[in-house]
Amino acid sequence: MKKTGKRMDIWTVISLSILALYGLFLLYPLFKLLMESVYKNGAFTWQYFAKFFSNPYYGITLSHSFQLSIVSTIFALVLGVPLAYFYNMYEIKGRTLIQIIIVLCCMSAPFIGAYAWVQLRGNNGIITRFIADIIGHKPPSIYGFRGIVVVLTLQLFPLVHMLVSGALKNVDNSLLEASENMGVTGVKRFFKVVIPLCMPTILAAALLVFMRAFADYGTPLLIGQGYQTFPVIIYNEYFGETGTDHNFAAAVAVIAIIITAIIFLFQKWLSNRFEFHMNALHPIEMKKAKGIKNVLIHLYTYIIVGLAFMPQVYVMYCSFRATSGKIFVPGFALTSYKKIAEDVPLAIKNTFVIGLIALAAVILLAILIAYLVVRRRSKLNDAIDTASMIPYIIPGSVVGIALVIAFNRKPLILTGTAFIMIVALCIRRIPYTIRSSVAILQQIPITVEEAAISLGCSKLEAFFKATVPMMANGVLSGAILSWVTIITELSTGVILYNRSTITLTLSIYTMVSRGSDGPAAAYATILNVLTVISMLVFLRFSKNKDISF
Amino acid sequence: MSVNIGIKNVVKKYGDNIVIPDLSLTINEGEFFTLLGPSGCGKTTLLRMIAGFNSIEGGDIYFNDKRINDLDPAKRNIGMVFQNYAIFPHLTVRDNVAFGLKQKKMDKKTIAEQTDKFMKLMHIDEYADRMPERLSGGQQQRVALARALVIQPDVLLMDEPLSNLDAKLRVEMRTVIKEIQHSVGITTVYVTHDQEEAMAVSDRIAVMNLGEIQHIGTPKTLYQRPANLFVSSFIGRTNIFDGKLKVTGGKTMLCLENGYEVELKNVLEPYRKDQDVKVSIRPEEFVINVEGKGIPARIDDSVFLGLNTHYFVTTAAGVKAEIVQESQIDSILPQGMDIFMTVKSEKINVLTADGSKNILTGVINDKPE
Repeated sequence: MKKTGKRMDIWTVISLSILALYGLFLLYPLFKLLMESVYKNGAFTWQYFAKFFSNPYYGITLSHSFQLSIVSTIFALVLGVPLAYFYNMYEIKGRTLIQIIIVLCCMSAPFIGAYAWVQLRGNNGIITRFIADIIGHKPPSIYGFRGIVVVLTLQLFPLVHMLVSGALKNVDNSLLEASENMGVTGVKRFFKVVIPLCMPTILAAALLVFMRAFADYGTPLLIGQGYQTFPVIIYNEYFGETGTDHNFAAAVAVIAIIITAIIFLFQKWLSNRFEFHMNALHPIEMKKAKGIKNVLIHLYTYIIVGLAFMPQVYVMYCSFRATSGKIFVPGFALTSYKKIAEDVPLAIKNTFVIGLIALAAVILLAILIAYLVVRRRSKLNDAIDTASMIPYIIPGSVVGIALVIAFNRKPLILTGTAFIMIVALCIRRIPYTIRSSVAILQQIPITVEEAAISLGCSKLEAFFKATVPMMANGVLSGAILSWVTIITELSTGVILYNRSTITLTLSIYTMVSRGSDGPAAAYATILNVLTVISMLVFLRFSKNKDISF
Repeated sequence: MSVNIGIKNVVKKYGDNIVIPDLSLTINEGEFFTLLGPSGCGKTTLLRMIAGFNSIEGGDIYFNDKRINDLDPAKRNIGMVFQNYAIFPHLTVRDNVAFGLKQKKMDKKTIAEQTDKFMKLMHIDEYADRMPERLSGGQQQRVALARALVIQPDVLLMDEPLSNLDAKLRVEMRTVIKEIQHSVGITTVYVTHDQEEAMAVSDRIAVMNLGEIQHIGTPKTLYQRPANLFVSSFIGRTNIFDGKLKVTGGKTMLCLENGYEVELKNVLEPYRKDQDVKVSIRPEEFVINVEGKGIPARIDDSVFLGLNTHYFVTTAAGVKAEIVQESQIDSILPQGMDIFMTVKSEKINVLTADGSKNILTGVINDKPE
């Protein structure tokens, strides 16, 4: 009896290569980060962790971060889930525009929102003064906890909307008709049928939103006014003006990873209890709401989407205001644009070159990994699956710091290169693209690939000629979001960039931190225009008119 | 070029779970051979081993004299038709059919000629430039068949190709498949769980159960002289009765309920002795006797199906049975009526008490011993 064991084939080679990449660019940096947190001048020490836990100041930042993240997550769900419901159940005028605005909102860097809200509702903001004129005294301040929650909620509910919309597209219309048949309609149906059906997605959205809120440091920095949060410490200790302590920053980063990992596991445990799969044969048909209901639905949609979009509009408006030095003066002019004219081409070029290379790498790696995970289950590929999900729970700034620690010294000096920016973007974005690719691949029968093989294709040929084209449409609709995320990514880039690799988003950030409001607004406007163009191009060429995660 | 397929002592395991313990069979060149059995019997597993998509844990598979165990699926020169057709949704009908030829790097002219020829043969040439999603199930099936045949494979493998079609189309397509197979003359292995479909298309059928072959033969021999109880009840409908063999005065008598006896002239020599047996009597092998001879029974229900009328009866001993009679112009026998049944003794099958072997002469089983 001859035994035909598992032979080395091309997919084994791919598995090993991908694992090697993850080892070098993710596990090794994280290992270095861990080392940095417990070694001082070559000697093992717990002193940095001790410092964190012994000083109540740091403990408070942790509790601040939790409070903020929990409250923002709840608000984002409360606003986002009904929005998704209305948007997918009823005809709403101006759908495409609303969709583009929603993507713009959740993809813009949070600090732009914070910055604009300071301008609008700060001590001397336009709206603050307007309200003060009407009611005779100043309205409650936006700074601190309240402001951060407002900014984060408005930033994050669009994300909830997009994820839940995706789930609603998989709800079969007959389920809704059945519940109607049994007398469950309207609000009752929303709570008894729609919400439970979307529960797995709502939990996933909650996790994502929580993680974003927890990891964000731009917003508290700008609008917190002394309300210190956890990520701000990491950032200050690593890049602050004075008294930086890299080892301590590393220790705090490690604590951050542990916390997010625990939250991730908790969410996973929770969502396992709601696990089921849906596939709609007959998707929900949008209806036209009647009378007052129709008015209310439109009002709700326009008002909250408008609120979320207001900062963007304000920033775009500011970019055309006349400036004198760093201050806005009455009237309109293109001075802000003139100021940045020299630097814009490089920023745009970097945005596109780095972004496109990263996008291509993300898509290629994600579909390869998805294939390995779905079709070639093995211990090796499970390890890749796990490794690829690690960045999902690691704050972007921590990824950035880990990469700096690992690659700013020999033998491999990569900091400041475009390459390390691309690596960082890939690491950050791949988990999302893998999840969507896995979902797509699970829908494709394996027989299609076998058909190609029996018609003479090699394994790799069958993959690229049969499976990949079938995945293409689904992957494409995820790709546009990856692209928008990549060009607006800030948290890792801000740690890894230098003058020659600066992108549009990073330019906005540097301008804001220098107090150059006009140029910052101009950069932000250019970025928004590029984002809109990208999405219009996508919507023009995509078969299904949906942007999905 | 067609081949014969030799399967010698193959074993299939998933971990410790043995799906096929030891299976051998030979499929002749140009033959339409069907693997038939209930779901989970290992028929698709065996087909996929021939195709190369399942590993082989033991034994050998030969195409003519060439051992193909370790041959890459792409190099086995196999045409395969899948249950869900596996049409490439991103390619037009023409590109689907031409896929295998392009893969072989044939010149453009030959590809165009061959593709056209097979699209015509399958009557799909008018849809050549359509995308598959705009084709009906039957049309997709034709594309799948054309795509599999155009590469001039040595072997055509079909895995339940008709199970996704509606009943009428299924009957139509099985005629198409059989005709094409005959005109191309290619060795074909066909998997199905539908015995009627198997009978309609096959030259020979292998009935499988629990990873083992029960009986290999032509549809006629399988139906008329099944090798064992499983085959007799899986192929067609049958009624199983307990009976006794009695040898008296050189005659072998089969005793059934109520002292009803018939003489059997075709019992194998070694089995001509007194013993308990199982008797397989197909519904059409009963005759309703109005004279009071035979097994007494009461009619529970009747179904009129045009050509035939089916009666569902319970014998006096409580055995449920089905009788088929050609429909009569006068009335259908009413529910609750007491009748007697006799059997057509030359047609019924008699098996050992454990059902493992048919003890009549005339059983033809190509299963290698």
